[in-house]
Amino acid sequence: MSKAIPWWFNSLLLPLANVGLAFVACAIVLWLMGIDVLFATHVMIDGALGSGEGVGYTLYYATNFIFAGLAVALAWQAGLFNIGAEGQALIGGLGISIVCLYWVPLPMILLFPLTILVSALFGALWAFIPGWLNAYRGSHIVITTIMFNLIASSLIVYLLVGPLKESGQMAAVSTTFPQQTWLPSIENMASYFGVTLQSSPLNISFIWALLCCLGTYFYLWHTRVGFETRVVGLNLQGAKFAGIAQRRIIIITMLLSGALAGFIGLNEVQGSSHQLQVEFVSGYGFTGIAIALMGRNHPLGILIASLLFGALYQGGAELAFNIDSVGNDVIILIQALVVLFCGALELMLKPSLINLFRFNSPKTEAGNA
Amino acid sequence: MNDFSWLLLFDAAIRLATPLLFAALAGMLSERAGIIDIGLEGKMLVGAFAAAAWTSISGSVWEGIMVAMFCSVAFSLLHGFACITHKGDQVVSGIAVNMLALAVTSLLAHRLFSQGGMTPVLDKLERLPEVAFPQWIEVDDTWLSQLYWQLLSGHNILVYVGLLLVVLLSLFFKYSPYGNRVFAAGENPKALQRAGGSLATTRYAAIICGGAICGLSGAFLSVGHGAGFVENMTVGKGFIALAALIFAKWRPVAILFSCLFFGLLEALAIRLQGHPLFKGDGMLPIQLIEVLPYVLTVIVLAGFIGPSLAPKALGNRR
Repeated sequence: MSKAIPWWFNSLLLPLANVGLAFVACAIVLWLMGIDVLFATHVMIDGALGSGEGVGYTLYYATNFIFAGLAVALAWQAGLFNIGAEGQALIGGLGISIVCLYWVPLPMILLFPLTILVSALFGALWAFIPGWLNAYRGSHIVITTIMFNLIASSLIVYLLVGPLKESGQMAAVSTTFPQQTWLPSIENMASYFGVTLQSSPLNISFIWALLCCLGTYFYLWHTRVGFETRVVGLNLQGAKFAGIAQRRIIIITMLLSGALAGFIGLNEVQGSSHQLQVEFVSGYGFTGIAIALMGRNHPLGILIASLLFGALYQGGAELAFNIDSVGNDVIILIQALVVLFCGALELMLKPSLINLFRFNSPKTEAGNA
Repeated sequence: MNDFSWLLLFDAAIRLATPLLFAALAGMLSERAGIIDIGLEGKMLVGAFAAAAWTSISGSVWEGIMVAMFCSVAFSLLHGFACITHKGDQVVSGIAVNMLALAVTSLLAHRLFSQGGMTPVLDKLERLPEVAFPQWIEVDDTWLSQLYWQLLSGHNILVYVGLLLVVLLSLFFKYSPYGNRVFAAGENPKALQRAGGSLATTRYAAIICGGAICGLSGAFLSVGHGAGFVENMTVGKGFIALAALIFAKWRPVAILFSCLFFGLLEALAIRLQGHPLFKGDGMLPIQLIEVLPYVLTVIVLAGFIGPSLAPKALGNRR
């Protein structure tokens, strides 16, 4: 009495089981460390969703994760592992800072498209070199992007202790941007329509992030280049025979991936802190890997995973007030376990789940045919 | 600069190169067997924490070293479980190892010691000893004596262990049949299997040894050169070690020199801070020296300095 594997097995059950496993493992680790897991969960949920302010922060963090997750996922669709989102975001933020510091008096309706363009260009530039080296010199993209992360952070440190440093400040930060360049917050936009929201750093770049989700979906599944991208990702040999210019696809994909990562600066630099700081990316690029894995490299999945991680970040910040400074570490722990179970051990549960539901495993099906 | 400070510079370079050397050798064992080892950074961190924590609780640094190696091996086994047993993606698994190490060490440091993520400061007796060479050469001003006493003698014991390890590993890969197996696992797994060797066993053995060596790298940071664990104290050293490994094209003796070179660059960057050449506006940025290892690695990886000879089956899942 065995059946073929239905669609929901690979795209719903298995991913959910993996995520579930990650969270169970996280609970076990925390319990072993003597942390009250139920209390911590309660604090985190309450902190993330219990108030308007909490929800605002959740969506604000989610904005970063959407950009980072899309950047990683897009590259992954072409079989490229871009772990350089961290550096590309830094350089994107640098581009935004240059526009905002040497500000040309433009109205926001023109300035926002300009900063979008500049952050995309700067991010894409930082991804272009690893992409080119991979396409034409065969360099391993993982190693080159790691190196470019380190180079980017050195570059930002140099600029912020040197040329861009605010005079008379001890901290390595740039001058605060003129107020006219700040991105409008959702709070202000809502009050324009007569709705009162609680204050949070949530700003217009959240809407841009949602548009990017749509755009990425359209690009990957409804354009020729997007199709070629996925073909390259699935099978290099087949792509060659189909006459797809692989090198071109690799470079285009890396450029777009870098541009998406560059957008993190919109939310963090122009939308929230209004100045360039050394560590403004603070690991979002790596969180993007967890997001992409959890969202199965699909824009819809990434949106859902980003909202979940946004809530985790905000909840984790609350947790830090309640249990002596473990908040941030708990988030990294969850991230690590999500990457482990949804990424590296993705297929661990598959054979036993197939047995559980008495489906035909692909192997026996092929054998019977 | 006079000769004396050159000696100090090289002295510092050796000290800074040692953790890189251990980690790069660990990475070499793993990558020669065909397993990409992005997780060096994380395993170093685990080793550093385990050594410092155990030493400060038990008071015995030798026990601390053993525990560091043991814990680092545990993380290696997790990596192996994911990408040897379950054939998962090696890079993804390595990233998970790094994140997990960062979270677990810092959580445990907070929970066990409540000192803001640090372990208690270890005194001199709780750290690894320095080795003074025998009095073969008198202490005086001749360059030979200076070289002997300033540069060669008086380093931490792990510095000499590292050098010994370079010799042992290059002999291992050159003459030992097991070395041949590890080499085959990374170059041509099919050939290894046809010759009757087990790919999984060979790879597990390689990463277990790699894990132990990587634990020593972390231990050097926290109980050798340093005096305790600080949250995220490796700050990217694992990635510099990875760079040194690629720069040396996965060969043990070359790894020694690339680590020394990267250590020298780091020492130079520390030394030249405040030097007139790097001071004030319009002068050379000190970060220029810091990024040199990364830039050089990218250039080598791109094959601009001879072909980049990575193990052929590196990263293959089967």
